[in-house]
Amino acid sequence: MNSEPAKCEHCTKDQKQKFDEIANIIDLYKGKEGSLIQILHLAQEIYGYLPLELQKIIAHSLNIPLSEVSGVISFYSFFSTVPRGEHTIRVCLGTACYVRGGKKLVERLQELLKIQIGQTTENGKFTFEIARCIGACGLAPAMMIDDTVYKQVNVNKLESILSKY
Amino acid sequence: MINITINGKPLSVAKGSTIMEAAKTNHISIPNLCHLEDVHQFGSCRICVVEVKGAKTLQASCITEVREGMVINTHTDKVRKARKVLYELLLSDHTKDCLSCKRNRSCELQELGRTLGIEETRFEGSRSKFYPDSSVSITRDMAKCILCRRCVTVCNDIQGAGVLNAQHRGFNTTISPAMDLPLNSVDCTYCGQCTVVCPVGALKETDSIQKVWSALNDESRRVIVQVAPAVRVALGEEFGLEPGTQVTGKMVAALRGLGFSEVFDTNFAADLTIMEEGTELLNRLEKAIKGDKTTLPMITSCSPGWIKYIEHAYPRFLDNLSTCKSPHTMLGALIKSYYAEKINVNPHDIYVVSVMPCTAKKFEIVREEMQNNGVPNVDAVLTTRELASMIHEAGIDFARLEDEPFDNPLGMSTGAADIFGVTGGVMEAALRTVYELVTGRELPFDGLHVTPIVGLDTVKTAEIKIENPVEAYDYLDGVTVKVAVTSGLKGAGELMEQIEKGESPYHFIEVMGCPGGCITGGGQPRSQDPEVRLKRLRGLYKEDEEKVLRKSHENPFITSIYDEYLEYPGSYKSHELLHTHYVKRGEFNEYLNSDILDNALRDLEKRRASDKPAEPEVSDHRLREEIESARIIALEAENARLKSELEDTLETVNIFKQVIAGGTHKHN
Repeated sequence: MNSEPAKCEHCTKDQKQKFDEIANIIDLYKGKEGSLIQILHLAQEIYGYLPLELQKIIAHSLNIPLSEVSGVISFYSFFSTVPRGEHTIRVCLGTACYVRGGKKLVERLQELLKIQIGQTTENGKFTFEIARCIGACGLAPAMMIDDTVYKQVNVNKLESILSKY
Repeated sequence: MINITINGKPLSVAKGSTIMEAAKTNHISIPNLCHLEDVHQFGSCRICVVEVKGAKTLQASCITEVREGMVINTHTDKVRKARKVLYELLLSDHTKDCLSCKRNRSCELQELGRTLGIEETRFEGSRSKFYPDSSVSITRDMAKCILCRRCVTVCNDIQGAGVLNAQHRGFNTTISPAMDLPLNSVDCTYCGQCTVVCPVGALKETDSIQKVWSALNDESRRVIVQVAPAVRVALGEEFGLEPGTQVTGKMVAALRGLGFSEVFDTNFAADLTIMEEGTELLNRLEKAIKGDKTTLPMITSCSPGWIKYIEHAYPRFLDNLSTCKSPHTMLGALIKSYYAEKINVNPHDIYVVSVMPCTAKKFEIVREEMQNNGVPNVDAVLTTRELASMIHEAGIDFARLEDEPFDNPLGMSTGAADIFGVTGGVMEAALRTVYELVTGRELPFDGLHVTPIVGLDTVKTAEIKIENPVEAYDYLDGVTVKVAVTSGLKGAGELMEQIEKGESPYHFIEVMGCPGGCITGGGQPRSQDPEVRLKRLRGLYKEDEEKVLRKSHENPFITSIYDEYLEYPGSYKSHELLHTHYVKRGEFNEYLNSDILDNALRDLEKRRASDKPAEPEVSDHRLREEIESARIIALEAENARLKSELEDTLETVNIFKQVIAGGTHKHN
């Protein structure tokens, strides 16, 4: 097993480069109705999270109030204003997943990762969150790591899933 | 017209009206909470629900339009029960400390409870935990907020400031600046319009009553008060009088009754402003015509909400502002210099209180520019609402007071000063004097009213051609002076956009921060009367028309203050006392702050407006000081409160001691 910590793509680019990248994205979407959420998605992908300073840049460039940008960010649980781990684990706790044992997954993951919901592991690898239905009710209990959906997860599978990252 | 049935009664109502409007025109009142006529139609509180035949659920009548053949029932058992449940749910996450709330008996939530016949609260659940956020001007207490979002609408759609918005979701929702930042660290203009529309005690002016009482009780201080023009046509509303009623004489009597040693009129300084600002305008016009360097259009600087707005939103255009201080700070400066010398009192021992229709003035007086020789021009600002509350507290029977006049030499004013409180008024007052000064003739308008700029439209414009001027103003011959007037920060934003693009055709612009001008300032009485702005406007114009002298330069005390003290408009002395400069703040206070990402933002801005040179750096001491001073004011108020509590307790202890001593004595 490779002992060297996986390098986060985000950390290799310097901040300025990321800001420029985000500025380009804003230019691309500017003037299009309802593009704020799209921009926030991409900005979070590039920067990792959405700190106040980045929100200011977005608000200023789109000529909308900062309070509106922050309002949207704080409304959607997908957006984060604090630094996140390299990978985000989202355990679904929608009704179906909850009934089929989603809660047990949460408990086991808290043990494995040694963190609570909403926190990031010490090595910065995982951020652990819960989701309210990811639309995979037929595959309950489900969880996501980044964009990958894991279906019918049981607590014994968790360790092997995590080891892939 | 559309035919509908409300409560069994067939009615014909206007197409496009909502159920609530249709009901109202037919004298059926539907209870509501978040709705605010002409301002806020949002449907968030659901109190106004009604039964519509055929609809699956109850409909919010404030946002549902009438349709042909609609059958509506507004007060069925189902509807009344639903309203009660909704109301009780609102209460389940409310502090319910009505007896010690500033809005006691003026609270719309309280009133609604009475209307709905609420006698119990069945729901006890989790309660949101919030801490009050206190700036110098406005205090937010989100524990009392009912999330109606009226403040969000005025802040965003009417004022265009965009400081408040809903943050977070569901039970955790708060109405707050971005990232729950405190008000004093964002670009809030302190216009206070949010405090006027708030139905409960969640948004209000930061209290100054306590410190004014302390000053009045301090024998070593001479406490002098001044009153802004707009207060005199609104104060009466707090005592049951019709909006627009002129209560100038009673107000002066009440202020004497409260114990102020002199009652001066901010109007006097309004006349003075016209002399100073008029001279400044003529200087700028002369320079522009002769090709010298100057900045036009010149923009008025009386409204501190507007000043803070431009400092945040258009920091590159501060040179367009007139350098005149606002009238009440001018008067404060004169009280502590000219008048102090006259009565031979140390300026340090004078305490100046301004009664203003405004919450932004509370911030204005703590600015470091608003002091001379280390003495603040004004020590405390009371809003119209706060003055009313002090009058109530002092047991003064306002309605029965005999009229009294202002004190001189700083209490006399002309009609031109009265209209300073209404949109278009400062411009009209300036034109009355400037036109006459330049041409030697009276302003050619009926009754001296510049009709195109009278009224409540957002942006108003006028043109005045100057012909046959007196010799000194030859250079203005044939010049058409173009002016614009706006009230409300959204309109101001529009005019600033023009200036930014270099397309502004105007020479002189009047901006008042609140829609309609000071008559509907953030410190004015809250009113349910949709005609309130018009009524107060008429009140001020009437005040003007009733005066013999209606042009600022005719005020004999203005003439004598220049003769005795200030020399001439724009003199060294008047610059020292009556003029000021402004502070670049930026949208995010970035000119006052200096961290890396703010620099990044500034770079971005520079890239986008590459034609402009880089701005000089300003250290962040200023922002820190302002936040600090806000904290000090809050602490001082708390200190004063605790002190008076302690005194009360000591008194009680003494009374008990006496009682016990008496009892023991008897026993023996």
